[in-house]
Amino acid sequence: MAAEQAKVDPMYQFTIEPLAGSSGWELAGYNIAFTNSALWMLITTVVLFLFVLGGMKRELVPGRWQMMVESFTGFIDNMLEANIGKAGRKYVPYVFSLFMFILFANLLGLLPLGIFGLHPFTFTSHFTVTGVLAIISFSIVLLVGFWKHGLHFFSLFVPHGTPLPMVPVIAPIEFISFMVRPFSLGLRLFVAMMAGHVLLEVLSSFVIDGTNAGATFGLMVGLPSFILMIGICALELLVAGIQAYVFALLTSLYINDAENLH
Amino acid sequence: MPQIAQLAETWSSQVFWLLVFFGITFFVIGKGMVPKVMETVAQRDGQIAADLAAAKAARDAADEQEDAWRVRENENRAAAQAIVAKAKDEAAAKSETKLKAAQTRLDKKLSEAETRIAEARAAALTEVEAVAVEAAQDIVKTLAGVKVTKPTASKAVKEAMANG
Repeated sequence: MAAEQAKVDPMYQFTIEPLAGSSGWELAGYNIAFTNSALWMLITTVVLFLFVLGGMKRELVPGRWQMMVESFTGFIDNMLEANIGKAGRKYVPYVFSLFMFILFANLLGLLPLGIFGLHPFTFTSHFTVTGVLAIISFSIVLLVGFWKHGLHFFSLFVPHGTPLPMVPVIAPIEFISFMVRPFSLGLRLFVAMMAGHVLLEVLSSFVIDGTNAGATFGLMVGLPSFILMIGICALELLVAGIQAYVFALLTSLYINDAENLH
Repeated sequence: MPQIAQLAETWSSQVFWLLVFFGITFFVIGKGMVPKVMETVAQRDGQIAADLAAAKAARDAADEQEDAWRVRENENRAAAQAIVAKAKDEAAAKSETKLKAAQTRLDKKLSEAETRIAEARAAALTEVEAVAVEAAQDIVKTLAGVKVTKPTASKAVKEAMANG
């Protein structure tokens, strides 16, 4: 009896599939199929909406839920004020949306819904998504920078106190590091999320294949892998928060450059 | 890697739906709801600050009133002490005059008594002299048979008495 190869493809989880009959949807010649990725964006938006809605009771003495929402807004508010100053408050709506959207997407993508036969999809593990978010952040930096400082914004590439002979050397380096920002911003999130999910999938394949290969392998390989997986799951929850935080923090730092030059 | 393998066919859908849902997130949640949440927080902070300020003002007022009360209390105490001191002084003065009057009276009585004593003594002395003179006359008459006149006898008596 040829044992069926129990194959776990760690990359399969990132496959995008158009949902029921939407594969042909087009807008101006571009395909806009409503995919599983889009579905999880919708779920993220709805869950985030409900979460913030719970904090809208506007009570003088807040309940737990309101306290939670207020601590998130306060967290973003403090971060922007610490990094940008008083002018940072006007970016709270954007950075809050960014942080919470990424955080909820990361966390929802980690939900163990596989037990119920559903497959959570982490759209932050796609660089098309993280790239767009990074470009939005970068565009805001450019718009704010040129709006506030005009062509003077280019002095960003000449750090304060650079000796004149060094300017031709420093300016290109600064320019390149500036232009790399959107890529590093988008790729960091994408890589962190993908790596975590691949790791979990690989470990789960060890558990499944090891257990299928018999009791010895199950105990020697499957069990340690399973225990490790539990630990990695906790780590992934941490990474989900940290990556959202890093994205928001870097965005606020870049906006600070545009707002205050340096 | 589906991210790259499916890039050509899915990028437009990914970008489109991300813009749609992130746009909803930004405009509805970020722009619509977050400011209200933050406004509530600011309102609460303001309320707390106002309450604290009110409490501080009330405490200051209480301190002020306590100070005023203390000043008044000290004044009252000083006034009371002044009254007591005055009463004491008056009483002392009154008793002094009374004492002085009594003393005067006593002195007067004493001097009267002394005068009386001196008079009595003088009277007694005179009487004793008279008796002595008569006695001396009698003794001389009896012993010497000589009749001594009264002035002589009194002179002798006086001499004898003066010599003691």
